[in-house]
Amino acid sequence: QEVYLEERLRELDLRSDSDVPDVPPPTDSTPEILKRALSGLSARWKNWWIRGILTLAMISGFFLIIYLGSFMLMLLVLSIQVKCYHEIITIGYRVYHSYDLPWFRSLSWYFLLCVNYFFYGETVADYFATFVQRREQLQFLIRYHRFISFALYLTGFCMFVLSLVKKHYRLQFYMFAWTHVTLLITVTQSHLVIQNLFEGMIWFLVPISSVICNDITAYIFGFFFGRTPLIKLSPKKTWEGFIGGFFSTVVFGFVFSYFLAQHQYFVCPEEYNSETNRFVTECEPSELFQMKKYSLPPLLQAVLGWEAVNMYPFQMHSIALSTFASLIGPFGGFFASGFKRAFKIKDFADTIPGHGGIMDRFDCQYLMATFVHVYITSFIRGPNPSKLLKQLLVLQPEQQLNVYKTLKSHLLEKGILQPSLRG
Amino acid sequence: NLQESESENKLDGETASDSESKSEFGGSPPVPTSDDTPEVLNRALSNLSSRWKNWWVRGILTLAMITFFFIIIYLGPMVLMTIVMCVQIKCFHEIITIGYNVYHSYDLPWFRTLSWYFLLCVNYFFYGETVTDYFFTLVQREEPLRILSKYHRFISFALYLTGFCMFVLSLVKKHYRLQFYMFGWTHVTLLIVVTQSHLIIHNLFEGMIWFIVPISCVICNDIMAYMFGFFFGRTPLIKLSPKKTWEGFIGGFFATVLFGLLLSYVMSGYRCFTCPVEFNNDTNSFTVDCEPSELFQLQEYNIPLVLQSVVGWKTVRMYPFQIHSIALSTFASLIGPFGGFFASGFKRAFKIKDFANTIPGHGGIMDRFDCQYLMATFVNVYIASFIRGPNPSKLIQQFLTLRPDQQLHIFNTLKAHLVDKGLLGSPEDA
Repeated sequence: QEVYLEERLRELDLRSDSDVPDVPPPTDSTPEILKRALSGLSARWKNWWIRGILTLAMISGFFLIIYLGSFMLMLLVLSIQVKCYHEIITIGYRVYHSYDLPWFRSLSWYFLLCVNYFFYGETVADYFATFVQRREQLQFLIRYHRFISFALYLTGFCMFVLSLVKKHYRLQFYMFAWTHVTLLITVTQSHLVIQNLFEGMIWFLVPISSVICNDITAYIFGFFFGRTPLIKLSPKKTWEGFIGGFFSTVVFGFVFSYFLAQHQYFVCPEEYNSETNRFVTECEPSELFQMKKYSLPPLLQAVLGWEAVNMYPFQMHSIALSTFASLIGPFGGFFASGFKRAFKIKDFADTIPGHGGIMDRFDCQYLMATFVHVYITSFIRGPNPSKLLKQLLVLQPEQQLNVYKTLKSHLLEKGILQPSLRG
Repeated sequence: NLQESESENKLDGETASDSESKSEFGGSPPVPTSDDTPEVLNRALSNLSSRWKNWWVRGILTLAMITFFFIIIYLGPMVLMTIVMCVQIKCFHEIITIGYNVYHSYDLPWFRTLSWYFLLCVNYFFYGETVTDYFFTLVQREEPLRILSKYHRFISFALYLTGFCMFVLSLVKKHYRLQFYMFGWTHVTLLIVVTQSHLIIHNLFEGMIWFIVPISCVICNDIMAYMFGFFFGRTPLIKLSPKKTWEGFIGGFFATVLFGLLLSYVMSGYRCFTCPVEFNNDTNSFTVDCEPSELFQLQEYNIPLVLQSVVGWKTVRMYPFQIHSIALSTFASLIGPFGGFFASGFKRAFKIKDFANTIPGHGGIMDRFDCQYLMATFVNVYIASFIRGPNPSKLIQQFLTLRPDQQLHIFNTLKAHLVDKGLLGSPEDA
């Protein structure tokens, strides 16, 4: 049995690692202008400055897009998703690159298209219900949406099966799985980000900012006070940075939410106005965003000297979001670090000078997006009323009558509906 | 320097060429399959040559499985659900074992535990969603169930996250790539095995006929294609499976469509097959009793002129469901086999003859179910798109979580709609 095992392992080439090509050293994509400006400094400080400048550039870009509105934000999220997907697929392609795998790239992009089509149809269609109602072709697409998406996916699946080449089976299956796991990670979560966005820009801004803040403050605390290493995977992280970052992020989230909660632009759910053909963010702010008086527990009363404080309820939620961003978000970063070490790459790509690829910046965001979405659906928002109404109107008449009777008895019981005069 | 410190060179080298000279099983030593055939069969067939013996073993086991299938159908939906769950767990176990064997000589910490944990999490999530939808009133009565169901997604996500963090903490310096591969392997397996077994259960709840007809069509196509291929097979179909032929493929297609029509005709007559499965609160059991929907009521169809001259009838009485069964059988015969080719490719890629040795003569459970998976998803998408509307009790449940003003708004709109359609009397009587 031992001999057999040895033979099999040798057969499957599990002993040699000769085929994984070393990644060529990243080309320096720093723009010329920056290079000239910083030519006087030593390499270490130069790197620090480049990172700093690019960080500011990214944050400014972020503010600019927020100002431009939710539609631009959606486009931005979509572009980031496509870029992340591209980066991961390129890594996979490079790892197995010297083989002429037919169709791999086309199929990967095709699957990306299919999955995006499916998700956009499911989520966006709900929000554009009035827009869709007016056009016949769109109605057909919406009604049979799942079937169409499934048919598109199946076509890709059959193409994959037909493209299997005798000598490359295992590689092709690996790449198929790689594509699917990447889709699962990047595409589903980018759609969760967009759904959070539709709930209200604040649900998009606060989580992302908390993760970025945690990144920066953990780095700063680690730089000044860092002694104890946190985890073998990322030797630069320290416990001091971790804990310092946690407290700073909670405070930051708290303060930031206070400012954002005051503006309707950030707080209101996105709605599509069919008359003006634009997104509008105007509404009665929900109770989450109305100031309330909270009595401080006696402990804090003694410390701060106040008896009560005016806060938005949302700020309590922001504490939960910041806590997650600081405590669990980093695991996304560790996962990406492990992934990079596993495949012997320093960065996902060279898109951003000094920072690496887009994936490098967004690795902690993914868990955050899913958490915020689950949080919203569990604790904040109920189901979407217009979607519910739409489904009710599709039922069989008999079922509609039954539902009507159940609803009526419920509403009468709760006193929401007054019994009619005739009884 | 990252590249120097990693001494995981020994561990895994995925080469493109699967040892080129050994593309057929003959070249490489196959996994020694222990002969599972029960002693009694061995003795009964000891006289025949090994080829016929194999044929007989397969035949007998086929009949045994089909009989077993009928027994379970007789026992009812609860048992069926349990069986689907067991099949799912066994398939998951088989695929994970293959992955484990491929990377076996390395002492990967936590791999098996984490795989089973993720299986548990995903199943908990799906069963929770299903139970909440279909057992709504039961859930509302019991306090702990109500809380579990209200925060279900959050709890499932927290459970999954725990597993994710455990995985990250379990990464060992020399085994990173292997561990990531196993993580990916586990997730893809979960995606394939677990989601589709739950789609099967959803189909089952729609009515047992939606469970039985698709599965039978796939099995029938398997058997018919084999028979047609055995007797008439000349032209090979695809390089992946050299035993399949075009004659078998086309013959199997027509035979399956015919079989589907006949089976649907027989089954549509019985309520226990056509009615959706419901949970009765008073008796605390499943009931399958209802007014058959129009799909299952005989209708007269005019035969197109072409067929009239052939068949000699002007009209025929059929159930509308039989038309749908044609779509199901067509899918089972034309696209279902791609699932089988996928599994064949997978077995060749990882140099295994069968997924496991659970069923003598047939291999593992996965070998029998590889074509079923695409079918289950198709039936579910088909039902959602063409047959069923939304689930009323789920809608009521969602309604009850809305705010009062939203509830009132929806109630009034619904009322206006019903009055409009004439289903309700005058508004005052409503």
